Amino acid sequence: MDDLKEFARKIRQGVIEVVYRQKQGHIGGPLSMADVLAFLYREELQIDPKRPDWEERDRFVLSKGHSAIALYVAMALRGFFEYDELFTFDELHSRLQAHPDMTKLPGIDMSTGSLGQGLSAAVGMALSAKLQHKDFRVFAMIGDGESQEGQIWEAARIAQRYKLDNLIAILDHNHLQQYGWIGEDMKTRMAPENDPAAKWRAFGFDVQEINGHDFSRIKQAFFYANNEKNERPHMIIANTIKGKGISFMENQYGWHSNVPSDEQYQQAIQELAGVSNE
Amino acid sequence: MNKTKSMRNAFGENLANMAFNDEKIVALDGDLGNSTRLSYVEEKKRSAFLQMGIAEQNMVSVAAGLAATGMKPWACSFGAFMTRRAYDQIVVQVDQPNLNVKLVGAYAGLLTSNTGKSHHSLEDIALMQTLPNMTVIAPGDAREVVRAMEAIASFDGPVYLRLSRDETLDFLPGTDKEFEIGKGQLIEKGEKIAVLATGSMSSRVYKAIEQLKDYGIQLTFAHIPTIKPLDKELILSLAKTHSHFITVEEHFIRSGFGASIAQLTSEHHPLFVKKIGIEDTYSQCGKDADLLSYHCLSTSQLLENIRFIYEEVQHE
Repeated sequence: MDDLKEFARKIRQGVIEVVYRQKQGHIGGPLSMADVLAFLYREELQIDPKRPDWEERDRFVLSKGHSAIALYVAMALRGFFEYDELFTFDELHSRLQAHPDMTKLPGIDMSTGSLGQGLSAAVGMALSAKLQHKDFRVFAMIGDGESQEGQIWEAARIAQRYKLDNLIAILDHNHLQQYGWIGEDMKTRMAPENDPAAKWRAFGFDVQEINGHDFSRIKQAFFYANNEKNERPHMIIANTIKGKGISFMENQYGWHSNVPSDEQYQQAIQELAGVSNE
Repeated sequence: MNKTKSMRNAFGENLANMAFNDEKIVALDGDLGNSTRLSYVEEKKRSAFLQMGIAEQNMVSVAAGLAATGMKPWACSFGAFMTRRAYDQIVVQVDQPNLNVKLVGAYAGLLTSNTGKSHHSLEDIALMQTLPNMTVIAPGDAREVVRAMEAIASFDGPVYLRLSRDETLDFLPGTDKEFEIGKGQLIEKGEKIAVLATGSMSSRVYKAIEQLKDYGIQLTFAHIPTIKPLDKELILSLAKTHSHFITVEEHFIRSGFGASIAQLTSEHHPLFVKKIGIEDTYSQCGKDADLLSYHCLSTSQLLENIRFIYEEVQHE
């Protein structure tokens, strides 16, 4: 678990460093999904950084493509490319496009960026595995804001219809989106995805709801999803905190995409260092 | 070879055979299989038929996921729904990643058997030919559909295949031969005016060209089934040897087939290009003959229109 925590801390640190240096990118979403992503890239995914096009590999689709920077940091840490390449993020000709581009960076299994589409592509991949009698699994990370796109639910119906129990979807349920709805206090904002567990159950998914920052729960959830083959696609609802790990970013919609000042950057790095010393 | 004049029957039978012989080929249906004849795939090989329901956006993205993992998906819906409804998915997940997804727009254009404005696709050529990696093909008859599908299947990349519901189209000369993507067919040679047509209009235009001979008028006629990439060599050679082009399509003339021809010639060998097609107006329901007549696209109207242009050119 300590290794996982350290891997997740490094993802968060990388996200902050890159966004600070490149003056571009999203922060809140990448930080909220960092722990699940750490588990996927450190433990779960059957992938080989030396053979990113290995046909039997597990597939990962980042449907909430705007959180790409966290994925890139995880891939760099896993050895897909040199860490320094992270500092080309969002530049012209960079392999690390603002939103994942499968034509540029080996290891990206699907181009995303326009919300709602990634889960459908993951459904296609899971269907493909079934048709070709292959054992690879397909993981898709979607957002709660993203779930406002109707296509998410189109994909869900087909996943159920074709009994895609090799599909493991994760909802990064961080309760915020870029702007969202204003609260009763006329200050806070929210992405009210009311009772997603009931919705996904109604769509025929085998649903687990976990604390998306608790590695023991994350591990249990993926263990269950891997071993429970009941002809139902899996949904892991990861309840998370947008901006998780940096006090002044947590639960602040304004940090959906924002660049830290020098002082904010220093504080963020210190807070993350503190996490590892706990 | 099958002698059917029905593009959809030819398409369904051929795709069923292709799927039967290649386990990577799958057909994705948007709940129109019994109209588009994708049902033939299900009848011949059930496992190759994937019902995606009435959800075109998901259908296109699922096709992208299939293609990204080694399958060869053919997604089919009415042209209007395929291109308009799923355009963002086509751009982001099919065309930009250059995935081997075949998109079939059945019932494309104006002739859709009494469905009207919502089901007519009069902008699908414009939408699809704009995309950098997309190949756009509109066969002229059922025989050519089969030949084109062979070429499309062996081509690795996104293709939009535009099919007509019109089942009366006579075979054009030469459409039984091997289909080469990006090649047009020079069918008649004449002087001054070259008429270029695509898709379901080619057969009608050819008839008009033949009938014009009775008036002592011999015009050049080329059938251009590949709208993108255009047969630059053929079109520019015609531009150099003629003073006028007439283009005919069952599509909005703004940004369609004729506009693409005019764009090409304007950059290399400018000449007068008269575009015949659907003007700035929406269509409505009606029998094919009534719709063609309303939009001045029937064979007799095409003949009169071309003859009128010919007379004008003679007096220039």
